Amino acid sequence: MNALARKALRDLGHLRSQAIAIALVVASGVATLVMAQSTYRSLELTRTRFYADYAFADMWAATKRAPETLAARLAAVDGVQTVETRLVAPATLRVPGFADPVRALVQSLPVTGVPVLDRLYLRRGRLPTPGARDEAVLSDAFADAHHYRPGDRVLAIVHGRSQWFRVVGVASSPEYVYQIRPGASFPDFKRFAILWTSRRGLEAALDMDGAFNTVALRLRPDVPAVAVARRVDALLARYGGVGAYTRSEQLSHRYLQSELHQLEVMALLFPAIFLGVSAFLLNVVLTRLVGTQREQVAVLKAIGYTDFDVARHYLGIVALIAGAGAVLGVAGGTWLGHWMSGIYRDFFRFPFLDYRVGADVVATGLGVSLGATLAGTLQAVIGAMRLPPAEAMRPPAPERFRALLVERLGLQRWFAPPTRMILRQLERHPFKALLTVAGLALGCAIMMIGRFQNDAIDYLTQVEFYVGQHYDIAVDFTEPTARAALFELGALPGVTAVEPYRAVGVRLRHGTQSYRTAIEGLPADGRLRTPMDVALRPVALPPDGLLLDAYLARMLGVRVGDDVDVDVLEGRRRELRLRVAGTVEEYLGARAYMRLDALDRALGEGALVSGAWLGADPARQGAVMDALERRPRVAGMGARMASLRSFLDTMAESILVFTLVTLVLGGLINFGVVYNTARIALSERSRELATMRVLGFTEREVGAVLLGELALLVVAAVPFGFVAGALLCRGMAVAMRSDLMRIPVHFTSGTYAIAALATFAAAALSAAAVYRRIARLDLLAVLKAQE
Amino acid sequence: MGSTELVFRARGLTKVYRMGEVEVHALRGVDLDLHAGELVVLLGPSGSGKSTLLNILGGLDVPTAGQVWYHGEDLTAADARALTQFRRTHVGFVFQFYNLIPSLTARENVALVTDIAEAPMTPEQALALVGLEQRMDHFPAQLSGGEQQRVAIARAVAKRPAVLLCDEPTGALDSPTGVRVLEVIERVNAELGTTTVVITHNADIARMAHRVLRMADGRIASAQTNPTRTPARELSW
Repeated sequence: MNALARKALRDLGHLRSQAIAIALVVASGVATLVMAQSTYRSLELTRTRFYADYAFADMWAATKRAPETLAARLAAVDGVQTVETRLVAPATLRVPGFADPVRALVQSLPVTGVPVLDRLYLRRGRLPTPGARDEAVLSDAFADAHHYRPGDRVLAIVHGRSQWFRVVGVASSPEYVYQIRPGASFPDFKRFAILWTSRRGLEAALDMDGAFNTVALRLRPDVPAVAVARRVDALLARYGGVGAYTRSEQLSHRYLQSELHQLEVMALLFPAIFLGVSAFLLNVVLTRLVGTQREQVAVLKAIGYTDFDVARHYLGIVALIAGAGAVLGVAGGTWLGHWMSGIYRDFFRFPFLDYRVGADVVATGLGVSLGATLAGTLQAVIGAMRLPPAEAMRPPAPERFRALLVERLGLQRWFAPPTRMILRQLERHPFKALLTVAGLALGCAIMMIGRFQNDAIDYLTQVEFYVGQHYDIAVDFTEPTARAALFELGALPGVTAVEPYRAVGVRLRHGTQSYRTAIEGLPADGRLRTPMDVALRPVALPPDGLLLDAYLARMLGVRVGDDVDVDVLEGRRRELRLRVAGTVEEYLGARAYMRLDALDRALGEGALVSGAWLGADPARQGAVMDALERRPRVAGMGARMASLRSFLDTMAESILVFTLVTLVLGGLINFGVVYNTARIALSERSRELATMRVLGFTEREVGAVLLGELALLVVAAVPFGFVAGALLCRGMAVAMRSDLMRIPVHFTSGTYAIAALATFAAAALSAAAVYRRIARLDLLAVLKAQE
Repeated sequence: MGSTELVFRARGLTKVYRMGEVEVHALRGVDLDLHAGELVVLLGPSGSGKSTLLNILGGLDVPTAGQVWYHGEDLTAADARALTQFRRTHVGFVFQFYNLIPSLTARENVALVTDIAEAPMTPEQALALVGLEQRMDHFPAQLSGGEQQRVAIARAVAKRPAVLLCDEPTGALDSPTGVRVLEVIERVNAELGTTTVVITHNADIARMAHRVLRMADGRIASAQTNPTRTPARELSW
């Protein structure tokens, strides 16, 4: 090792506590980058492999009832490679010792026993023996939630009839990676199950001998899916087809896609913040280092080292700090990514997970961190390069200070000399102060992001489930039913209110945009379910025309007063043109609303309802549900609060973890900024501070001069942190929003308080670390040393 | 001192620089010839332009006007890269405040030079030359002022430079220690034949020189050749 390299290492040793603080910030940035990137890539890879290995279909279509003979005609459609027909029906399960009803989908397996498309990954047990009508495979998330194993029995109510199934296997499927009930906003593993059973058995249960109601298709890649969909729709139209859809409209796939997208956003945002802050810290430290080593730089040049040698020397020091941080970050990110991928694997029920940290991810992490640190230190390094050797031998001229603005205004008698020192220092170095404030504000902002998730979900559930919904039980009918059924529901003991709704599957079109969703028809004077505007005021349903969710309106590019084309996907399949009469603000899904009577008129099918919302006497809610379950037309029902509670429970843990992680990361930034700023101020001003000590100022008074300046900056940074945090959260919410969910930007005072307190705490901690050094200030040595 | 080979030739050197808001005329037209193997002492009060002249000769600084030739090569026409190369190959510097790298030991401070020189001594040889073979692994903070200055001289001569430029080498030292340092400079000049310039404001030191130049107000006020030189060890002040 040459002497210059040795100097680099010794300098680094001298700077070690600052270097460690910076390396930790770099490490946080690289770790979040590696974690998010590797998790994202691994999930994507796993998904692709799972889809391929388990033959995820390309297109699906549902009908009311189509003859099996139609399968051959579907197979003949140009572009169709494989056809698999199925029966799918809603059901309710009864779980012993679990009071709430469990909604389920019962899906048939082919007569041969083994599916060709959307194949099952068996975690335990086996597939049902072909023809064994009482055997079923249970979805793994539900089975795990209730500890079902092969050999157990499960009671299902299908089409109003109770039937016992013997669980022979537990499985997942590419079709249900995200196991969420159609129409639900979030997964509920305890209250939603998928049951795969034999075709013949289900045909008998549903009275669907020789018929199917769902078809899955594998397409040839060379034929456009739109063309195939048109032909398939045409074939299924007279059998009550509700429109073919591709993967992009498949529920599980869409949720998976949206989760991956959120990860992608995170993979950009967090590393950017951390690496920005570490670049700033390195800039501060290196500028100071070069400043104190003016004479050394001059000697190196006098001896004959080139400007380039000098630059390489200082960049080497920086690269070692950044490199150590990056290596630590890659290791930490890999560990975190592994852990996080495991959480995702369990959540999405992937049978396997190819967790891999690609060389390119590592290279990106290292490259980006080195790039950021280089950008941060370039100015200082160029300064060292430009330092003329003769010039560097002379001490820097004393900085010019002047009377403060407030002093010039004649207010100086209000300030004691130490206070004037603090204020003049700040006024002398406004840019440095600004950078410190910016660094601290970012740390504060990151801490806000952690709590923001919590706030957003609280607010979202508050709005969606308390303000907008007031029913106790939601009832779905198996098919649109005459309104008379409502009287029957209202007559059930314990039911206090009944309100009908009609949901009809549609494709909305405007210009080149189209979106498949549902129009919900609501009674004009309904109270149990009220769409709202952005200020949470109920929006009155217009006598005619549509209320669109605002996000849906933006997606379609329509404004209030415009017309949209509506292809009704069921029943008489009318093609309508409806006026957009207003918009509503919702956070989950992207739906349209209409007044029930207007919808009835538009559809021309008479006064039908798809289900009803019930108000129930809390004490008798269980009895009401028992009674509902036995009615053949009732496809399923759910208690509103139960699902919500379970959702919040699933989220609570991961939110807590996320909040803690961001608090630690944000705290790390603030600690790093305050510690480095204070250490540098201490070394830059050690002469001044030692002089004060010699003059008789106490340690405490000297400490106040040094740390008082920082305290001012910390206090000033907090409001900026609030603004930056709010902007970051808004940016994140905007980047992550999708038709499935929009994250409301809403903060509680607790979030502000925690971010501020944690910022103060991190600052106080690092100030305490520096304060100990003031006590150790060697007065004589400092004063004797040459300037 | 028989050689007449010209090492440096300077004509009309002028240097003006700004120090904050004041303009400083450091040199006002200096003419100078330095011969190979010569030991020249440059005397003068602070601000007389000694250091500026030395810095220009050593390629650390460039004059505002005038020219310097080193072995016939025009240094004033050289760019920064060429000046760096010139210093690396031909010049050894010794400064008043030693300017050792505090984070490197004596041996490593010398190695700093031997790492990049073409045919250097070993750091051990250079330190032996200044009588510090016993203290090679000490850091600057563990050495006395005189020892530090001797390390600086070892560092300057380790590359076997043609020129040794010393700016107030004894300025921060007491008299016996200063003498010890001057003895080392004298020995380097005699044994290695290095052309040596020593800046000082201490007139006693002039007695060890071949030639003494007195500077005042940015000019060379007088030049005299010592008929007999006094050995450094006999100096005191």
